[in-house]
Amino acid sequence: MLTPITNEWKGLAVPGNLEAVQGFVEECLDAGGASMKTQMQMSVAVEEVFINIAHYAYAPGTGEAVVTVTLSGSPAAAAITFRDKGVPYDPLANSDPDVTLSADEREIGGLGIFMTKKLVDEMSYEYRDGENVLTLRKLL
Amino acid sequence: MTIGKTENGSALTLALEGRLDTSTAPELEKTLKESLPGVSELTLDFAGLEYISSAGLRVLLSAQKTMNRQGGMKLVRVREIIMEIFEVTGFSEILTVE
Repeated sequence: MLTPITNEWKGLAVPGNLEAVQGFVEECLDAGGASMKTQMQMSVAVEEVFINIAHYAYAPGTGEAVVTVTLSGSPAAAAITFRDKGVPYDPLANSDPDVTLSADEREIGGLGIFMTKKLVDEMSYEYRDGENVLTLRKLL
Repeated sequence: MTIGKTENGSALTLALEGRLDTSTAPELEKTLKESLPGVSELTLDFAGLEYISSAGLRVLLSAQKTMNRQGGMKLVRVREIIMEIFEVTGFSEILTVE
């Protein structure tokens, strides 16, 4: 694949649309030849990011999110970008939870973004033209 | 997701099938809340579990905390793809996986 291929999903950032977004991303990754393992890991990452946007970006209202998947070659990689016009929020600014603590010491929650970071090869955030732009990159 | 329930005295086995995610985690949470009183041995059979996200992990952590107080909890027949998620998040240290 020499020319990158980009596909886009646009819709309301609500939890009820998670399956549609995951389905869209899976189809794109499948077309790019991603393994089942990669697809599952990216599905988890997509859930964490999309649900975060759905819960917080436009709270207490709702708004739109745009998800694009770009497949490129040599090395084969996927970039998944989430854009919303909600409150500026940099998920990378949070400190990581202490994953060495025992069950009783661990807080319930705070894991989503940490998991996402671990599951992808690169995660970046910027606030650009009034939009939160979060990009996940994964080698295929 | 479907949850199969087998009770044997104070031992309870829950067999999960499908996806444990944002939309299905509340079901497991509800089942646990209703079933855990009086249980000293909880087994979660993950043979049919294909997917887990942080919403699912939260429910597992909460169940582990409850079972630390009233007995024990273990996970059996966990697929490799799920095991990798446990490892990434440090959950493999917290949970007993057989």
